Amino acid sequence: MKELIVGRGLRKSFGAFEAVRGIDLTVPAGQVLGFLGPNGAGKSTTMRMLTGFLEPTEGTVHLDGIALADDPIAAKRTFGYLPEGAPAYGDMRVEEFLLFVARTRGYDAAEARRRVDAAIDRLHLGPYRKQLVETLSKGYKRRTGLAQAILHDPPILILDEPTDGLDPNQKHEVRELIRRLGGERAVVLSTHILEEVEAVCTRAVIINEGRIVFDGTPGQLDSKAPASITRNRMDHVFRMLTTSDVREPAAAKGGAR
Amino acid sequence: MSARARIGPVFRREFGAYFASPLAGIFLVIFLFMSGIFTFQLGGFYERGQADLRPFFTGQPWLYLFLVPALSMRLWAEDRRTGTIELLLTLPVSVWDLVFAKFLAAWAFACAALALTVPLWITVAWLGNPDHGAILVGYLACALLSGTFLALGSFLSAFTKNQVIAFVLCGVAGFLLLVTGFPIVLDFVSGWLPRLAVEAISSMSALTHFESMMRGVLDLRDVLYFVSLTAAFLFLNGVVVEWKKAE
Repeated sequence: MKELIVGRGLRKSFGAFEAVRGIDLTVPAGQVLGFLGPNGAGKSTTMRMLTGFLEPTEGTVHLDGIALADDPIAAKRTFGYLPEGAPAYGDMRVEEFLLFVARTRGYDAAEARRRVDAAIDRLHLGPYRKQLVETLSKGYKRRTGLAQAILHDPPILILDEPTDGLDPNQKHEVRELIRRLGGERAVVLSTHILEEVEAVCTRAVIINEGRIVFDGTPGQLDSKAPASITRNRMDHVFRMLTTSDVREPAAAKGGAR
Repeated sequence: MSARARIGPVFRREFGAYFASPLAGIFLVIFLFMSGIFTFQLGGFYERGQADLRPFFTGQPWLYLFLVPALSMRLWAEDRRTGTIELLLTLPVSVWDLVFAKFLAAWAFACAALALTVPLWITVAWLGNPDHGAILVGYLACALLSGTFLALGSFLSAFTKNQVIAFVLCGVAGFLLLVTGFPIVLDFVSGWLPRLAVEAISSMSALTHFESMMRGVLDLRDVLYFVSLTAAFLFLNGVVVEWKKAE
């Protein structure tokens, strides 16, 4: 399998604070990786290093074989990125905003139009294409962000909390979409909803305090919970791995809540 | 990808953004109104009995102090506030393309506003027989000065997420850039600084260079002053964007 995302020895410090403390991450084509961790664990910082928004203090990133540090422009063509909160220009219409991104990616007017139409179809944004981005609901704003990320049909998708703030129906829809988009792509999505990992991911990575504390399949994550836990087993494992007050044997009592 | 393809979309988005709010309209009305006031009222146009645009040009630097920050304040501060900076900097364009595209958009707007004052030129041409070459050089001086101010404002806008702070910083910095050539400042320092240093300070002043062009003297050194200062501010702009982007 082709390794599309290769991050080696990634570290990031902000002044004296070390947000990411040595992360190695390799994602092959066809894998949907769920990136988990408590708030402040370094998820967004790691994704920002993978997309070249932040330069790592140490370590390297290769995207589809291109070294991000050597040829950032070429490397940035290989992925679509949904930053945290799905930022977009509020004073533009959905269609206008997507055309802006497509043109900035270098497509000529006709090709940009064709790609924007395809992305709008794919995300069912048709009825909203003339609406101002700032007047969209959270769900549609998120979809606009996703549409922007898939315009150029990239081999890599990096999505920072794609379902955050969506209602259950919208969540379901976005997950379906990510599953469909998966295919031959390498997808990294961050979330703190564990059911999401079970629903869409083929691999789960949990980080805590800037380090990887679990790397395996969602099934393996689930099997780490003690047999006495019957509900929300993944939540239990998550707490076990990322907090100091829940430990394997003793935790069995409190974990079944 | 050609430079036009890299810069065009961001340029059009930024230029269009002025018209997405009433800002463009308000700006143009105030600019044209104040330009008229300077030309015909404050400048003593009728009393001087001379048909030229000297009073108009004299007023321009002081107008720019308030109007240029209004154009430059949102260039980077707004992207930093809304997080779109993360989107821009992960698109396959360099930070220099972005800096240049945003600057050009603001400058194009300022130059368009300046072009709307051409009826004043037509008026004086109709009233008398002004030196058209000198007026053309004066207009060039205005375009160059507004470019320098915009580059300064764009650079300062990258420091903050708050447009009001960006506005104030640009106004204050622009004021300092103008007044270093003023007699008050020069008299103050000439008492204790060597003559060479005083001349150096005076030559750093945007006003000194502007005024010599405003009189119709086209000196390459004045043009070079504005162009190099603009380039320097744009360079610093890129550096600050990279430095502050994640905050």
